Amino acid sequence: MKTNDIVQVLVFFILLIGLAPLLGRYMARVFTGESTLLSKLLAPLEKAVYRSGGIQPNEEMSWKQYFLAVLIFNLVGIASFWGIMMTQAWLPLNPMKMGNVPWDLALNTAISFITNTNWQAYSGENTLSYFTQMAGLTVHNFLSAATGIAVLLALARGMRRATVQKLGNFWVDVTRSTIYVLLPLALCMAVVLAGQGVTQTLSAYAEAQTLEGAKQVIPLGPTASQVAIKQLGTNGGGFFGQNSAHPFENPTPLTNFIEVFGLLIVAASLVFTFGLMIGDRRHAWCIFSVMLILLAGSFAVAWWAESQPNPVTANVLPQLEGKEMRFGVMNSVLFATATTGTSCGAVNSMHDSFMPIAGMMPLWNLMLGCIVFGGVGAGLYGMLMHVLIVVFIAGLMVGRTPEYLGKKIQAWEAAWAIVAILLPNILILVGSAIAVSVPAGLAGLGNSGPHGLSEILYGYSSCAANNGSAFAGLSANSVFFNLSLGAAMFIGRFGCIFAVLAIAGSLAVKKTVPASPGTFPTDGLTFTLVLLGIILIVGALTFFPALCLGPIVEHGLMVSGRAF
Amino acid sequence: MTKLIMQSLRLTLAFTVLTGLAYPLLVTGIAKAFFRDQANGSLVSRNGRTVGSALLSQKFEGQRFFWPRPSASDFGAVPSGASNLGPTSQILQSNVLARVQAFRGAHAMSGSASVPADMVFQSGSGLDPHISPLSAELQIHRIAGARKTSDSALAALVARFTEPPQFGFLGEFRVNVLLLNLALDQEPKVGSDVH
Repeated sequence: MKTNDIVQVLVFFILLIGLAPLLGRYMARVFTGESTLLSKLLAPLEKAVYRSGGIQPNEEMSWKQYFLAVLIFNLVGIASFWGIMMTQAWLPLNPMKMGNVPWDLALNTAISFITNTNWQAYSGENTLSYFTQMAGLTVHNFLSAATGIAVLLALARGMRRATVQKLGNFWVDVTRSTIYVLLPLALCMAVVLAGQGVTQTLSAYAEAQTLEGAKQVIPLGPTASQVAIKQLGTNGGGFFGQNSAHPFENPTPLTNFIEVFGLLIVAASLVFTFGLMIGDRRHAWCIFSVMLILLAGSFAVAWWAESQPNPVTANVLPQLEGKEMRFGVMNSVLFATATTGTSCGAVNSMHDSFMPIAGMMPLWNLMLGCIVFGGVGAGLYGMLMHVLIVVFIAGLMVGRTPEYLGKKIQAWEAAWAIVAILLPNILILVGSAIAVSVPAGLAGLGNSGPHGLSEILYGYSSCAANNGSAFAGLSANSVFFNLSLGAAMFIGRFGCIFAVLAIAGSLAVKKTVPASPGTFPTDGLTFTLVLLGIILIVGALTFFPALCLGPIVEHGLMVSGRAF
Repeated sequence: MTKLIMQSLRLTLAFTVLTGLAYPLLVTGIAKAFFRDQANGSLVSRNGRTVGSALLSQKFEGQRFFWPRPSASDFGAVPSGASNLGPTSQILQSNVLARVQAFRGAHAMSGSASVPADMVFQSGSGLDPHISPLSAELQIHRIAGARKTSDSALAALVARFTEPPQFGFLGEFRVNVLLLNLALDQEPKVGSDVH
């Protein structure tokens, strides 16, 4: 552990804690329709989008209408994106003459990007045309992130409003998220990235003759514009197969810092946006603290584990398998835990090659459902499901009807919160169980022994939680994995969104009751600790057996020098 | 329902124009105006011919050059790749042992001398352009022999090409192998008497 590493960590967390409330306040102004610095510039653009979409921005939606709009918009997105990939050979901006993408890979990729997962069973540089990267991937990086924010906004309104049916307008929420938040941030970030060496061109790949006389093809493309939103929107799908480990996607320590920061900042800020929208900033700080503790905890454990020697590989240190020299161990571990705490899934090192316990921490973050800041919007609404459970349990313990933000929490809310929490867990465990039982699943393994189980567990955890990172030794481009992981992504995403909107709709129609002495306060230390405890207990009870058979037993075997 | 589908289609189209065409083209325009070389892949030429990218590793096996980190894709860039071998992989184990032996053998190191991790572990991208300063230093004597030059001249060159952490605190000390090797060929004291 070098001083340099500690300085980087401190600067990182101080900036995060300092800037998140500021961006949170800006977003709160945007989403409540107040004017901001950018309004003059961007309002005409917003109006133009409404006009071209035939949208009446003042028409509000009930929770069912809101869900239907989410679903149809996303299904149309899947269909159109699927179509682009399967016809890219005949479309423009294809200087490398990429062929059409096979149907199952294209379907998996379409679902993957629309659900903000960005699982990739291919490498962009030998599969996708520039048109597909721009008009497909980049577009849905924006829209899937905006969809996550929109659902969170609907939930916040349901909590804040009383005795109404309406939760806002989905089209407006998506449009405002994209135009006022994601687009300006992405534009700034993309320009900085390009200045550091991330490629941004529409030219065909370059050819070089190396100093030793060999031919080297140098892949290029409009990378910076896609990488910026891939981080900010917690999407994570790389322009190149090696994602942010690739020097053209993440060329310098500065770009690395910006990329880790970028993948956390919007999600972290949304906690404060939420606090302002419900009028309870102390509550927002409690939730933020829990997220920060979970992130710092998984980072610390992973960093420790990744700094240990491995007798299997002759105790050579530092552990640089799958890592880049310019980042080193600390920056790789920080990126890995941040990208899995959020649902980003971009990687700057290969998680598959991490020490068993270091690889377990990203996996653990996925199993918790990517709620450590989480996917933009999605992480916080996932966290709020846990909050409802906490309030419900606390209420039952003192024998009173539980309340949250002045709303009674009853069977309907508790039941749907449980659905939202358990659904991804079921997808992970059942999906993995099937995959390890059938030849088509085992055929994909890149490593044997307990590490093989970790690869499969990681794949289903990543997809169910809409993360998209991988233990990439798993060869997932087969019909079996493309379809089963595609289903996990789809159900994990829209199942949770349905549950969240069902709760939002039910809360919106309830009356707000004033807090009484029996109300469990949700803005103090007790609440913070109980929330942390519930998250850890639910996660541990569900996944401890599976983790024992994977990374934990592998750790024991590794220490005794056993290899497979 | 038809109304929803039509709205979805029209909005998807509008956002495709905005975020899928206008935005990337705007970034391309800005990048090409201000950072032309970087946007085009940081290509490096010598005598008017492209010899590689300053950001991508390329294969060096000859005795006259510094060697880069081992690459899982054998320095292929379309696509590149990592080993993705886990910590208890037998394949990783034998690869590491073989690379340790090979590096020691090529650099006249004793059987117990430790070899830097970046020379035995494959990178994440398969195209990592950097090695550690220590790995460069250990290779100096071999290259000086092949180029009939002094160790100290090469040590000075390595020192010149050692990049510190960015802004003094971000990232690691590192040496760009391609740029260092290009300098080797160009340095009159180092390269002139070889051919």
